[in-house]
Amino acid sequence: MNATTPLLQVENLSIELPAGLDRKYAVENLSYTLNAGEILCVVGESGSGKSMTANAIMGLLPSYLKPSSGRILLKGRDLLAMSEAELARERGRTVSMIFQEPLSALNPLMTVGDQIAEVMLVHGEGDAASREQRVLELLDYVGLPDPASLRHSYPFRLSGGQRQRVMIAMALALEPAMLIADEPTTALDVTTQAQILDLIRRIQRAKGMGVLFITHDFGVVADIADKVVVMEKGLVVEQGTADEVLNRPKHPYTRRLIAAVPHPDENATRADADGDVLLEVRGLRKTYRSGGGLFTRPRIVKAVDDVSFTLRRGETLGVVGESGSGKSTLGRCILKLTDVDGGQILYRGKDIVPLSQAAFRPLRRHLQMVFQDPFASLNPRQTIGRILTDGPVANGMPLAEAEKKARELLSLVGLDPSAYDRYPHEFSGGQRQRVGIARALALDPELLVADESVSALDVSVQAQVLDLLQDLQKKLNIAVIFITHDLRVAAEVCDKIAVMYRGAIVEFGPPGEVFNAPRHAYTQQLIAAIPGRHWNPRAAVA
Amino acid sequence: MKTLEFLIQRLVKAVIVVLGVVILNFLLIQLAPGDPASVLAGEAGAGDEQFIAQLRAQFGLDQPVYVQLWSYLQNILSGDLGYSYRNQVPVAQLIMERLPATLLLTGSAFIFSLILGVVLGVLAAYKRGSFGDSLIMTGALIFYATPLFWVALMAVLVFSIHLDLLPPFDMETIGANYTGWARVVDIAHHLVLPTVTLGLFFTAVYTRLTRASMLEVMNLDFVKTARAKGVPKGRIIRRHVLRNAILPVFTFASVQAGQLVGGAVLTETVFAWPGIGRLMFDALMQRDYPVLLGVFLVTAIVVVLVNLVTDLLYRFVDPRIETAR
Repeated sequence: MNATTPLLQVENLSIELPAGLDRKYAVENLSYTLNAGEILCVVGESGSGKSMTANAIMGLLPSYLKPSSGRILLKGRDLLAMSEAELARERGRTVSMIFQEPLSALNPLMTVGDQIAEVMLVHGEGDAASREQRVLELLDYVGLPDPASLRHSYPFRLSGGQRQRVMIAMALALEPAMLIADEPTTALDVTTQAQILDLIRRIQRAKGMGVLFITHDFGVVADIADKVVVMEKGLVVEQGTADEVLNRPKHPYTRRLIAAVPHPDENATRADADGDVLLEVRGLRKTYRSGGGLFTRPRIVKAVDDVSFTLRRGETLGVVGESGSGKSTLGRCILKLTDVDGGQILYRGKDIVPLSQAAFRPLRRHLQMVFQDPFASLNPRQTIGRILTDGPVANGMPLAEAEKKARELLSLVGLDPSAYDRYPHEFSGGQRQRVGIARALALDPELLVADESVSALDVSVQAQVLDLLQDLQKKLNIAVIFITHDLRVAAEVCDKIAVMYRGAIVEFGPPGEVFNAPRHAYTQQLIAAIPGRHWNPRAAVA
Repeated sequence: MKTLEFLIQRLVKAVIVVLGVVILNFLLIQLAPGDPASVLAGEAGAGDEQFIAQLRAQFGLDQPVYVQLWSYLQNILSGDLGYSYRNQVPVAQLIMERLPATLLLTGSAFIFSLILGVVLGVLAAYKRGSFGDSLIMTGALIFYATPLFWVALMAVLVFSIHLDLLPPFDMETIGANYTGWARVVDIAHHLVLPTVTLGLFFTAVYTRLTRASMLEVMNLDFVKTARAKGVPKGRIIRRHVLRNAILPVFTFASVQAGQLVGGAVLTETVFAWPGIGRLMFDALMQRDYPVLLGVFLVTAIVVVLVNLVTDLLYRFVDPRIETAR
């Protein structure tokens, strides 16, 4: 390979989709170049074909998808012209790949050491002893503690971040010239994400690798990219250096995406909500016990530990925390979806904790929830109309009236009233989440708990749903508890933010205060870990 | 020592379960109409009340139920399973005579069906959608749906009567008095038909289970990881897919293993195999309750032991089990 040949050249690549889908090509006329020592970010929303290009390079496309034209040149050799055996030789040796889900990307029944050693074994590198030595080196290199014993661990014993480190160690085993990272940090907590991004960047610099990094998050792009390719519906709409694309985006789609990136306006002040107190939580506690049979001691986790706050009508409280912080449990406790172990929940001044389920039922309609997963939270066998009218009818509203109301709600959340007779599978994720919100509103609630309600959505859809929530809140003067892992989103939509860490609220205040003068070390850590903090998307599209 | 602790816990529980089974069985038998005394008297041709009462007194059947239960429990705990009214030998001796034959049959069927089923399942999954796949799955469906006794009778008809390849019944050639290897070969020859008959249903189950499980695992992310590592296809199937796909098969195999003693009644009856199943069947017809209770006890012990062994093996097959408890 001479010095001028790029590491990877994708030339006019098109991959045809099976007939009968909404578009003809998964990716169409795709061209980009990646040089050694560069990080190229491919950005796009779900369905943009960004992962497809990565799979095409690795020859991992599902069997019903075949590249119909174009070339993928790796060090000048066309990967699409290679046989499966030739490709298998290149995989892991010249190009390796890490994936989105560290939970499922490792074989659960093989020790992590064996999985790393397998890369060298199948490529015929070294003998058992030298491979073993290399495994320990690699584990140490990616920053995992105590390689000698960790090597014998099964993946289920490792945290998500640790597993992703194992994946990286595996990818580095044969010092490939190129690394493909397909959304490697999307499933991780924000502080872990920062560590993994840092690791990838450090390794890339040290080894002079070319990295193809696929992501949907412009914050991540701002942190690590040298070059950026923006994809929409299988087409490249814009590409250039990171500075060009991030700060001077030209294509309207790119500008729209960047405008939708949640970014707290640090100088904005909000009028204090002056409604009367709707909900007051005092000293709430909830512990989980697991295991604990006849002979064994149970494992006890404090999920909610002495949490207190007040919430007024028309106010939005953001509950922010990483996985396992107890933020979802808090939401479930307030809705009495789970028992609590102590404390009071005063709804309109009346403690609902001691109420029996039957006594609480008349109140339930006032406290509603919007769930995280728009795909799992709607019954696939019921029409949207049925979903929206079930609640009111159960609460004694005549069907005809409920139906009229459901149609009104659909237009309120920005859906066509014809949606009434259709089934959930006919809608996209964002539309389903609108249905979820309409369902919650059907009962005229006074309090809405939104548990990660936008985190499964693409960034542009997320922005729309957030706007909708804020709009409705103003119109209907409801109180919202907004549970999220994303501090940026919380800062954008909430009046107050509560940061949860190991079951306790460690920081509480208006977003500006939390952002500019975080007092607790954990909050400071969270803020420092936000991807793309030095980059202001508002300025880019101003 | 988590495993040791687990073992002790489970053994204590196992003893409690077996005792519960013994008591329950004893009481259930009491509910059945008729008693051994009337059957014995009837067969002896002497039906008068006095003789029956005498028989009852002789076997302790005139005592209240709780007294009978208590003395039965005491006997069990001291290792005495009772005395067969009909065969005039201790029940324990009777069972020990029959047990090896049954274990040989069910054990062979177990191994036969497990190996054949997994191999066929892997082949079908590997060649998914091909003619071979369809052939294997059709075969599996047929044997899954066909009643065991019919398969047994047809096998005898075809292989013994028409083709004269295999002996239709019993465990050894009567009167041949083979010894050493000749005897082993003779028994193996007799073993073929009952083993295949008994094993076919489970073969079908394992085939279907393995295929479905393999196809599911093939779509999991870590298989893609393995491909991205450059692992050749054969090794992916062996090391990554099969290893994970075998877990549900293992679960079902433990169900079959639980039937090692009690699961062959029908097969033993059709092929006149001198095992526990036929002993139980005969004891039932003759109201030979001590034998029946003894067989139940042995069956229960085997089921409990197999479950224990399965749970122990699970910890080796799937390292995630230990913490998941």
